[in-house]
Amino acid sequence: MRSSTFGIILNIAQSLKKDIIIEIFRRMCRVKYFESGAISAVKEKFLNKFLYLSSGQESIPASMSLLLSDFTIFAQHRCHAAYLSFGGDPLKLRDELLGLTTGTSRGRAGSNCIQCHQNNIEMYGHHGLIGENVPLGVGAALGNGKPVVCFFGDGAAEEDYVFAAMGFAVTHKLPVLFVCEDNNLSILTTVEVRRSWSITEVAKALGMPGIDITDDPWTVYKKTQELKNNLPAFINIYTCRKYWHNSIGTDGPPDWDRFQIVKDDLKDLGLSNRAEKTENETKTSMEKLWDKKLLRKLLKK
Amino acid sequence: MGQKTVAETIKEITRKHLTENNGMLLGESITAVGWVNNTVPDCKGIIDLPMTDVAGAGIAVGAALVGRRPIFVIRFQDFLILNGSPLIFFAAKTKELHGKSAPVFVRAIAAENFGPVHSGVLHSIFMHFPGFRVCSPMTPEEYKIAWEDFMKHDDPFICSEHRVSYQNAEELYDTVKKDAAITLYAISSTRFETVKAAKMLEDDGLKCNVIHLMWLKPFEITERIAKPLNRTKLGLVVDSGHEIAGASQSIAYQLNYVTGHRVKALGLLDKTKCLCEPLQNAAPDAKRIYNTVKKMLK
Repeated sequence: MRSSTFGIILNIAQSLKKDIIIEIFRRMCRVKYFESGAISAVKEKFLNKFLYLSSGQESIPASMSLLLSDFTIFAQHRCHAAYLSFGGDPLKLRDELLGLTTGTSRGRAGSNCIQCHQNNIEMYGHHGLIGENVPLGVGAALGNGKPVVCFFGDGAAEEDYVFAAMGFAVTHKLPVLFVCEDNNLSILTTVEVRRSWSITEVAKALGMPGIDITDDPWTVYKKTQELKNNLPAFINIYTCRKYWHNSIGTDGPPDWDRFQIVKDDLKDLGLSNRAEKTENETKTSMEKLWDKKLLRKLLKK
Repeated sequence: MGQKTVAETIKEITRKHLTENNGMLLGESITAVGWVNNTVPDCKGIIDLPMTDVAGAGIAVGAALVGRRPIFVIRFQDFLILNGSPLIFFAAKTKELHGKSAPVFVRAIAAENFGPVHSGVLHSIFMHFPGFRVCSPMTPEEYKIAWEDFMKHDDPFICSEHRVSYQNAEELYDTVKKDAAITLYAISSTRFETVKAAKMLEDDGLKCNVIHLMWLKPFEITERIAKPLNRTKLGLVVDSGHEIAGASQSIAYQLNYVTGHRVKALGLLDKTKCLCEPLQNAAPDAKRIYNTVKKMLK
């Protein structure tokens, strides 16, 4: 069931415009290299606060953000990828992680509560009760009728208020796309230990379209295109968290490395040169953002 | 036509908000069983929520985030235990954390004599958490003041109502007497009983000041509140919620600290509210307030 190829539409990338493919990859690079800088900052003891890394899961918002730019975002605790993919300023995110007043929430909220209300982005986070963003997002859609995307994990999917809110969205025909970023882990407890049922089947039973796919960004793009005009809808996307639930440790390599798979795809598509240029540019800009001298100055160390 | 009752005032305010102000009202079983004691009008903007207490509160907070200033009806305050998490954890924090407010007007309705699950008074819990404005209006004018305050600010608002007030059409005014022996501060439904107790005490030759407390948070010790206590040098705060770590103890402590005078708290005993008469643990009535004052003045 859960795998790097589950639900993939074969050769679908070939039907996408090259600019779209490169832009998805650029957004993945933003997340990967932003977080690489954050990890170095932890190792160098510039950053000593809770850190919920998105790396490994970055392909999902990187792909969806291209299609959902007019959606209000209600993100989960692992939200750096959503913030950066939808166009959030990485400098403000860095400053939020560092607890500086120039951060997204003036340094008051931190890694798992990121919000953004500028540059035409409306992104709300949550405050630590996993899945609480789902009823909030449904309420926002009820309140103003604008489309909403709710990101949450496979653990949050087990919160009763999540599927109660999903049911409410069906009853009131609200324009909400529910996205479960299913990394199979609640801290370290796997889905099969926690439950015998599928959240996708629950979504379908509630009366909305529901699908399971893996985090292949090209398939995610196509499926999002299909579902965004048929809301409410639910997508469960198998993905791999590269680091611990919180902080920078790992428990060995993840089940699959989507970033590397995407790079291989780009090679097959004859886009190696453009991809390499994109990756290097993004990496350099993120390295500047996390420059040690700059951090010392910012933190007055 | 005389003064409107509290229930009629709530209904009128609600109708105006829903029909003229793009407002919204959410709650469970709103349009059934008497339309919440006839306090909800039959008009547009009413969302009957499914029986999903936590999600329902989250949906109301989400609507508040996008500017609908929803009225969220909790038919019995006991249900705030479930509904509280989106209010406490998100609505009350979002302004301070992110500069984005979630102004939701929570009609938290208290009752008496309904046993262990429908007689709770939980406003003290919301005084505890930062980010809320909390008040307990018992008269038509007070309800209007509460609503105007909600519309003027952008904070989540806990309006601790009590069914005993719904048919009340009279205002409640402070009584301050020159040679009073004690100052009584009354909250929520106990305000009606405190007035009765003061009369009973006066019949016994003991004069009391009665100060009505509508605002629980922010709670400001103004001259109106402090001056009578500075004269009597003895006070009693009465509330319909539990006494321990509740509004009565909190306010008694503040009065004591600011004025330096002895102030006692009187609320529910540290017992579960039961259905049967001897164990109801009801809000302090006139007799209990009377007895407490007598004991304090011994």
